[in-house]
Amino acid sequence: MMAPLRFRGGGFTIQPKRHTGWIAGLAVIAIWQGASSAGWVSPIFLPSPAGIAQALADMALSGQLWRHLAASLKRIVAGFVLGGSAGLAIGLALGLLSHVRAAGLPIISALFPIPKIALLPLFILWFGIGEPSKVATIALGVFFPMAIATYSGVDQVPRTLIRMAQSFDVPALAIVGKVILPGALPGILAGVRISASIGLVLVVAAEMIGAEFGVGAYILTAGNLMRTEDLLAGVCLLSVLGITVGFAVSAAERRLLGWRQ
Amino acid sequence: MRLIVEGVGHRYGALEVLDGISLTVAEGEIVAVIGPSGCGKSTLLGILGGLLEPSAGRILTDGAPPAGCLNPFTYVFQDFALLPWRSVAGNVAFALEHHRLTAAERERRVAEVLATTGLADFADALPKQLSGGMRQRVGIARALAVTPAVLLLDEPLSALDAQTRELLIEEFLALWPRHRTTAVYVTHNLDEALRLADRVCVLSRRPGRVREIVAVDVPRPERDGARLASLRDRLWRLIQDEARAADRERQPEILDAGDHR
Repeated sequence: MMAPLRFRGGGFTIQPKRHTGWIAGLAVIAIWQGASSAGWVSPIFLPSPAGIAQALADMALSGQLWRHLAASLKRIVAGFVLGGSAGLAIGLALGLLSHVRAAGLPIISALFPIPKIALLPLFILWFGIGEPSKVATIALGVFFPMAIATYSGVDQVPRTLIRMAQSFDVPALAIVGKVILPGALPGILAGVRISASIGLVLVVAAEMIGAEFGVGAYILTAGNLMRTEDLLAGVCLLSVLGITVGFAVSAAERRLLGWRQ
Repeated sequence: MRLIVEGVGHRYGALEVLDGISLTVAEGEIVAVIGPSGCGKSTLLGILGGLLEPSAGRILTDGAPPAGCLNPFTYVFQDFALLPWRSVAGNVAFALEHHRLTAAERERRVAEVLATTGLADFADALPKQLSGGMRQRVGIARALAVTPAVLLLDEPLSALDAQTRELLIEEFLALWPRHRTTAVYVTHNLDEALRLADRVCVLSRRPGRVREIVAVDVPRPERDGARLASLRDRLWRLIQDEARAADRERQPEILDAGDHR
């Protein structure tokens, strides 16, 4: 008896769907706006998308947006540069030097899980309530994921590549620069992605204590005054900031890591 | 350059992998080292090129390296050991960059070895864009670029399929008479050893000892299945029992020569 062979493969592969994301996003906003316009949700508890857009537009027109954004960005960039470069240096040392790893890894493992914002009061005592304590909090938050990502990135570099370089008598410093750093770059960029989002969290938290400007301060003030439209406008700013950083890291990965299989 | 191995032994902790290896490789000679897996072939090669310090014995050299030699002991690796972020030309140049060469001389060397290995059209390609055979040609080109005195080939064709392996053997046989570089060729493939070597050094299973050194006294161009059959039988009988016994052994946790820190 003849019968067609039953097909059993297929599925379990994710295909890119370009439009679905936009449609889903717009649908959520439309339903939200519809519910608000119909009066099903109170604008105090959940303002409408149109209201938030209006708040954002007002903020942009009055110049407040740029002032708050600039204050936050300045802190993030300063903290990121300080903490990131220290993390990169310590991570390299952890990855390359046995004694540093043996001594440093337990310390890092003990300090990494501390929510860095818990140390802000201490930093305020040390550095005062101004910028340095906020930058220090962000720098510390960025430092740990960068150090850990860098040292595991160094571990990922195939040892045969290092042996190869040694077999051609390449000097140790050149091996670090030409083999280990480029080989660890995927790990390092993954660390940049994580620490950027941590920086965003910490800047908001830090700005909720003793800051006049900054997105965090703006959100706190709006919340205290029950201006939920302004509050959510600030949240939107944070979301845009996070997405922008994500895109920037993705672009860097495409540019710098095109050699990956 | 002549290479003299005197009573070389090596152990990884309590595990003895090589014992009392003595061997002389004459100038312009190709010696193949064969033996069952885990017999310390790669460890021996690591010792020969100074990547690994032997626990016992010593290595001596006799004679001057060829004119223009930048790296007397030069490896070709089983897994190619190419920097994935560098182009073909960049990988070859990597072996030259730390030497005091004029830019013109460096470019001349790169262009020359790319031409001899048939890679001239692939100078800008990344390793990921190349087949296994082409990748190993890059490994060979890189080794030739430094004009080695002794070539150390660590199972250079093991990662390739049978057809590619055949092609590369033929190319190697065509290339080799030009420079007549002294070479040690580690393999577990009897046919490769018989096609390429002047002498075949058979190692026992762990701890590797020299069981016998067999001269292949058929001129290379005349080596075909029929002429080599009796020699092949003899070698196979030598390693058969060892290979069987090695195959049934539990694998100890050893770091091979490439992984040993």
